[in-house]
Amino acid sequence: MKKPSIFGRLLMALVFIFLYAPIAVLIVFSFNSSKSRTVWTGFTFDWYVKLFQDTTIMNSLYVTLLVSVLAAVIATVAGTIAAVGIYNMKRSQRNAILALNNIPVINADIITGVSMSLLFVSAASVLTKLSLALSQLFGAKINLSFDLGFGTLLIAHITFNVPYVILSVLPKLRQLDNNLFEAAQDLGATWLQAFFKVIIPQIRPGIVNGLIIAFTMSIDDFVISYFTAGRVQTLSMTIYSMTKKRITPEINALSTLLFIVVLLMLIIINVRQASQEKKLKKNSSRSNELNEIIEYTKI
Amino acid sequence: MRRRYLAAVPHVIWMAVFVVVPLILVVIYAFTSATGGFTLENFKNMGSYMNVFVRSLWLAFLATIICLLIGYPLSYVLSKEGPGMQRVFIMLIMLPMWINFLLRTYAWMSILENTGLINRLLSSLGIFNLINRIFGTNITYIPLINTQGAVVLGMVYNYLPFMVLPIYSVIVKIDPSLIEAAQDLGAGSFTVFRRVILPLSLPGVLSGITMVFVPAVSTFIISKLLGGGTSILLGDLIEMQFLGNAYNPHLGSAISLIMMIIIMICMYVMNKFGEGEEQAVIM
Repeated sequence: MKKPSIFGRLLMALVFIFLYAPIAVLIVFSFNSSKSRTVWTGFTFDWYVKLFQDTTIMNSLYVTLLVSVLAAVIATVAGTIAAVGIYNMKRSQRNAILALNNIPVINADIITGVSMSLLFVSAASVLTKLSLALSQLFGAKINLSFDLGFGTLLIAHITFNVPYVILSVLPKLRQLDNNLFEAAQDLGATWLQAFFKVIIPQIRPGIVNGLIIAFTMSIDDFVISYFTAGRVQTLSMTIYSMTKKRITPEINALSTLLFIVVLLMLIIINVRQASQEKKLKKNSSRSNELNEIIEYTKI
Repeated sequence: MRRRYLAAVPHVIWMAVFVVVPLILVVIYAFTSATGGFTLENFKNMGSYMNVFVRSLWLAFLATIICLLIGYPLSYVLSKEGPGMQRVFIMLIMLPMWINFLLRTYAWMSILENTGLINRLLSSLGIFNLINRIFGTNITYIPLINTQGAVVLGMVYNYLPFMVLPIYSVIVKIDPSLIEAAQDLGAGSFTVFRRVILPLSLPGVLSGITMVFVPAVSTFIISKLLGGGTSILLGDLIEMQFLGNAYNPHLGSAISLIMMIIIMICMYVMNKFGEGEEQAVIM
């Protein structure tokens, strides 16, 4: 195919300026010596120092990382197991389960969040009434109820992560040669051994992608957390409550740091993939990661 | 092991409890009042929010169209780059998605404010002085923020990658020999585009449209930050009923239910529209 025209290059330049202008502003003003976010008053590293002393931000960062890691790991294990089950289903059953699986992927975040908060609030109020009745019955204080908090936040995150893991593991299972599993068993492997030594290594790229996607979905989520976290605050929620008043440049500093980390990660992943692809010299040279993300777009 | 499908059972139970039951609760709440009886009052009360429905759909529609008008040519141009460059550009398109979207939107506030970067730039270039002298006006800034335009801009900014990625992925998979065949058969570049590339990329366009429209129609932050509360959207309305001052989960559920139905109708239309083309995306 012929090279892009001048018009094409111009379009690309404009779009990338559009995409990166706010990020550039964000980064530049993380070094601004005053709190203003529009007037440059001088260079400073103060906000980076203050960032690490700010307990609200640090706590919410901790909550975000913890919930993202836990949710991603749990969702990856659960999703992989579920994918194996779904793969072995009859076609009609499989389609039904996949339709169920797609609900959180397709549905608007706000509806997922709102509906789960309804579930948690209703469950909590039912349990409160139950505890009250039981307390009266046994004459002792029994409390089975719960508040919205880290637990409900984690459940919500696992719930919206698992479908993505399944969607990234299933295609890998489809590529798998069914005879491999039986061959391993014929050679004396138990079911578990065959699963861990034969199946898992074959589908590992799918599992790893699922893990990465689940983690980024979790870390980026605001809407669902907002409705399910109760009093616990994730980083997005802290930022949101700041936008109501004024965002401190500490947040700019934090996002600059995160930006650099993500940039480095992406560069490493891409360089690795590029070198792997050179080895494989496959025709379909698009990066795996991209393919996986595009998988989801096929609603 | 004949019963390997049992591995999916915990997942099905989990999804039933945490996805299906909550949605059923939304339906129940939508049709009940605070005292617990059946009512259609929630839907009647929604009438006064008709303007919010219209505005949400209209702004989301605008944002989707603009994303398509930018995203399609961009994907097309990207697909003509060398493989190395394609990888870099796709990475650059996805990179902003990893920055917290609240912060990205907030950064737009700094740019668009009355005393923001754009107005400062125009003012320091003397544009306002010039205009004031010519027209005898007395303006010191152009109102950019707290307008519906700013809300659409925020939507386009946040959801453009969702349009580019699916379209791009379909366009790069088009077999170049098909294009050559069309050219050999005498098609000009416009005909090649209209008769070969466009139909083959339609599935990507359709999923791009849904991926932009659904979050755009349900957003509740962008309008708050960039629209200045003057133009509340469906998402804001729902949020107010659940966590805001106007606490009324029954009305909120009714609005959510209607929004879900709108989204389902859109998806259905999209699927109908794209039928037959679907084979191309399913690998």
